[in-house]
Amino acid sequence: MAAAASRISSLLSRSLASPSLHSKGRICGVGRSVVCSYSYTTAAAIEKPITPSVKVNYTKLLINGDYIDSASGKTFPTYDPRTGDVIAHVAEANVEDINRAVSAARKAFDEGPWPKMTAYERSKVLFRFADLIDEHTEELATLETWDNGKPYEQAAKVELPMISRLIRYYAGWADKIHGLTVPADSPHLVQTIHEPIGVAGQIIPWNFPLLMFAWKVAPALACGNTVVIKTAEQTPLSALYAAKLLHEAGVPAGVLNVVSGYGPTAGAALASHMQVDKLAFTGSTETGKIVLQLAAKSNLKPVTLELGGKSPFIVCKDADVDKAVELAHFALFFNQGQCCCAGSRTYVHESVYDEFLEKAKARALKRSVGDPFVAGIEQGPQIDSEQFEKIMRYIRSGVESGATLETGGQRLGDKGYYIQPTVFSNVKEDMLIAKDEIFGPVQSILKFKDINEVIKRANTTSYGLAAGVFTQDIDTANTLTRALKVGTVWVNCYDVFDAAIPFGGYKMSGQGREKGIHCLSNYLQVKAVVTPLKDPAWI
Amino acid sequence: MANHCDGDFNPTGSFLKIPAIKFTKLFINGEFVDSISGKTFDTFDPRTGEVIAKLSLGDAEDVDLAVKAARHAFDHDPWPRMSGSERGMIMMKFADLIQENAEEIAALDAVNGGKLFTLCKVIDIAAASRTLRYYAGAADKIHGTVLKLSKGLQGYTLKEPIGVVGSIIPWNFPTAMFFMKTGPALATGCTIILKPAEQTPLSALYYAQLAKMTGVPDGVLNVVNGYGCTTGDAISSHMDIDKVTFTGSTKVGRKIMMAAAASNLKPVSLELGGKSPLLIFDDADIDQAADVAFSGMFFNKGEICVASSRVFVQEGIYEKLEKKLVEKAKATVVGDPFDPKVHQGPQTNKMQFEKILSYIEKGKTEGATLLVGGNRVGQKGYYIEPTIFADVKDNMTIAKEEIFGPVLCLMKFKTLEEAIKRANITTYGLAAGIITKNLNVANSVSRSIRVGIIWINCYTVFDVGCPFGGYKMSGFGRDFGLEALDQYLQIKSVVTPVLNSPWY
Repeated sequence: MAAAASRISSLLSRSLASPSLHSKGRICGVGRSVVCSYSYTTAAAIEKPITPSVKVNYTKLLINGDYIDSASGKTFPTYDPRTGDVIAHVAEANVEDINRAVSAARKAFDEGPWPKMTAYERSKVLFRFADLIDEHTEELATLETWDNGKPYEQAAKVELPMISRLIRYYAGWADKIHGLTVPADSPHLVQTIHEPIGVAGQIIPWNFPLLMFAWKVAPALACGNTVVIKTAEQTPLSALYAAKLLHEAGVPAGVLNVVSGYGPTAGAALASHMQVDKLAFTGSTETGKIVLQLAAKSNLKPVTLELGGKSPFIVCKDADVDKAVELAHFALFFNQGQCCCAGSRTYVHESVYDEFLEKAKARALKRSVGDPFVAGIEQGPQIDSEQFEKIMRYIRSGVESGATLETGGQRLGDKGYYIQPTVFSNVKEDMLIAKDEIFGPVQSILKFKDINEVIKRANTTSYGLAAGVFTQDIDTANTLTRALKVGTVWVNCYDVFDAAIPFGGYKMSGQGREKGIHCLSNYLQVKAVVTPLKDPAWI
Repeated sequence: MANHCDGDFNPTGSFLKIPAIKFTKLFINGEFVDSISGKTFDTFDPRTGEVIAKLSLGDAEDVDLAVKAARHAFDHDPWPRMSGSERGMIMMKFADLIQENAEEIAALDAVNGGKLFTLCKVIDIAAASRTLRYYAGAADKIHGTVLKLSKGLQGYTLKEPIGVVGSIIPWNFPTAMFFMKTGPALATGCTIILKPAEQTPLSALYYAQLAKMTGVPDGVLNVVNGYGCTTGDAISSHMDIDKVTFTGSTKVGRKIMMAAAASNLKPVSLELGGKSPLLIFDDADIDQAADVAFSGMFFNKGEICVASSRVFVQEGIYEKLEKKLVEKAKATVVGDPFDPKVHQGPQTNKMQFEKILSYIEKGKTEGATLLVGGNRVGQKGYYIEPTIFADVKDNMTIAKEEIFGPVLCLMKFKTLEEAIKRANITTYGLAAGIITKNLNVANSVSRSIRVGIIWINCYTVFDVGCPFGGYKMSGFGRDFGLEALDQYLQIKSVVTPVLNSPWY
């Protein structure tokens, strides 16, 4: 199993282990009484946040190998979600900056040297990049936590190693991108050549800023493309730092351009640019639709979309309940619930429902929430006030629509965007909290009776990103695996994200796949070369 | 102009640099150990024929020990149980260490194999790192397939490492062969017993040490030196080795396959001899054709299985080409491989040296015309002049047998059909070259010649991404490329009923 995946499981097992392992920064002990058993840190701890040890050195646009101001000179603030305070002012890209970035990428692609280098040379640059990421884990993880609010340990011990691992994975692909010789019906020699597609425009979200950066950039570069990537306006900092490392690793100027800015301006300019050959977007379904329309209206550039989800997590009657509770908890609450593949509909078989519910609630109560820089903290603040308000609205809607609020539901502290781990039971498919992507720490638990019923209910959604299946029965596992209309099925596990495992959605969760061998095709053109054969020895 | 006829030939002069020989024992289970018998054998400097070092001589009982270590490492230890990416990381480090020690290793191959020192450093040693990095990157990309089966069934294939691998490699490219075999085997998670050629055992031991420093666990890579008829035979007939891969002569390849058949039916991959044709057509650029034909044959003193040892030239340009080749042979500097001015070093050992000279005699007595060369150079060591025969007939010994030395056979042809037919008149099928500007000629010939690799307007182009191996009696199985991984993998199909699938 991949190192990163096993690191996720080690985080899991740690959270299963005794509270003394993560006692720092908490006031209440565990489980004495319901009232006092929240593991949330004190308001004081939240209000006196730890000062991060990293300096913010890169705030400008990275175009053609240089960090430069935006053409307009405008900047925008990026905030610390623990406090809502400004961390830094970042150069704000607009149409003109996108034009500059695209023309740098265009030139780097058309004139080289990047696509003209041997694949081995490109792979060596990417391998060096991965080494540099490893060497700078601390700075990168610190920026990530500061800008995003995710637990530092998660950033440093899970995400950063996954990132260097993924970059190495694609570095290894660079010299193994094979076309085919194709059988012909008549005396012809037919070959397919896989060529880099050109200038790739990429737009990434704020929930895993660096991981998404790596998912997009590594395969595109391994194939020999050049890139203009727009980071999320909430989290522009870590990608600017990582891009600096990629240049240290030897990537030529213009090959990777990083622009910070907003979707309706910078993002739209990139999506509709006539000189961008390919677009890859990860974010909400709503924005994905706009991106796809802009691509269609402009130059018909192919688009890959990795969008939202409302992923079912199905606990069957024969499941190991303790394990299922822990993983269902992890599947939803990981990263403050800000995961596109969050297991946000927890279906539990009626025979184990009561036991599951009690334990799921207890687990949520145990979840340690607080300053993400504090060791042992499992949950930090939500990303910003907009998300925070949206989640609180959904919690109110859950209560109003008749779901039972088992625990949580409140803001934590009065500064920053902390929300209590929240569990609803008696959730029905027609409630908003069962239909919409909440993207926050809100678990919805639903009861089911038989497999056919749960298949039908699990598929009753416009999304199709992922699913979890918990059972010991091989036939149940196989049946569910095939019946669920989703891009990833995790059986007796969740959120296993190896570099080699393809990831993407059915239905309105998107199109195309990232990671694995499949992602390469997003960044390659296929050229068929056909020529007649004179007197061939065989066809 | 320095020329081998100029009389300044001095194989024992200022370029004689014998590097320190650090490793001379067998490498078993992560340790350098004496052979059980305590016996040793000599390894020589082909420039002088003098002994460089005494090395432990492995035999069947040492192979047993190595197999036991490799078996344990495979059956119980972490190597095959690590993720491909973890193995890949170790292999990447291994590649870095080779680069750091390139100078020293190249000296070992040059002093032991008579290889040109500078070329060896920038080509062979760099290619070793390249090969390791390629397979390091492949280690996490070994995919099985999920199968499309009949109604009510589902299945998938697992590609599992085959187990304990015996690798037996030749002396002409001690470094390239070492990594051609171990790169893919390590990537798949196999454990290895490697027997280097008794003529060139030094660099393999050095690599074993580097592997250990890199973190390759004990028992995963074992190096047992010794002779083919003892150590090699013990490997090919061992009941607990799961696979044998061999590069060398067709004669020995046959023995290995028989031993494998007589013992545990272990699968075998063989990369054997050749008598590779190079077809030069009238429309060729003469200078380019002469360059390709000459280096295709004389690279590495003709000690290369793919040597273009039969050069077929279309009659329209035959005379011009013949002249160019003779000029090139005369301009070749034969001498100490440590001298950067030198083009061609000594043959690797006395036996080869004598065999080549006897083929030259046979060429003369059977009626071929000796255009240039044909003699020994100097009085010491195993140096031979670049030799070219004309008027060679397809049935002459020098046109049929692999000489494995600097002897080129020139033949004339009239038509495309004739060239194809004559090129295929051989029991070998390793490689072929085509020099033409005509697309149809290139494509027709490519499909018509029964060999494992065709070079069009180039020759001896090896790339780790490009599979390599033979048709006919040049062997079977492929080294290099992703195809090489198949040598070291078993395929397991897993089938189970599936109920109520919405699709089949």
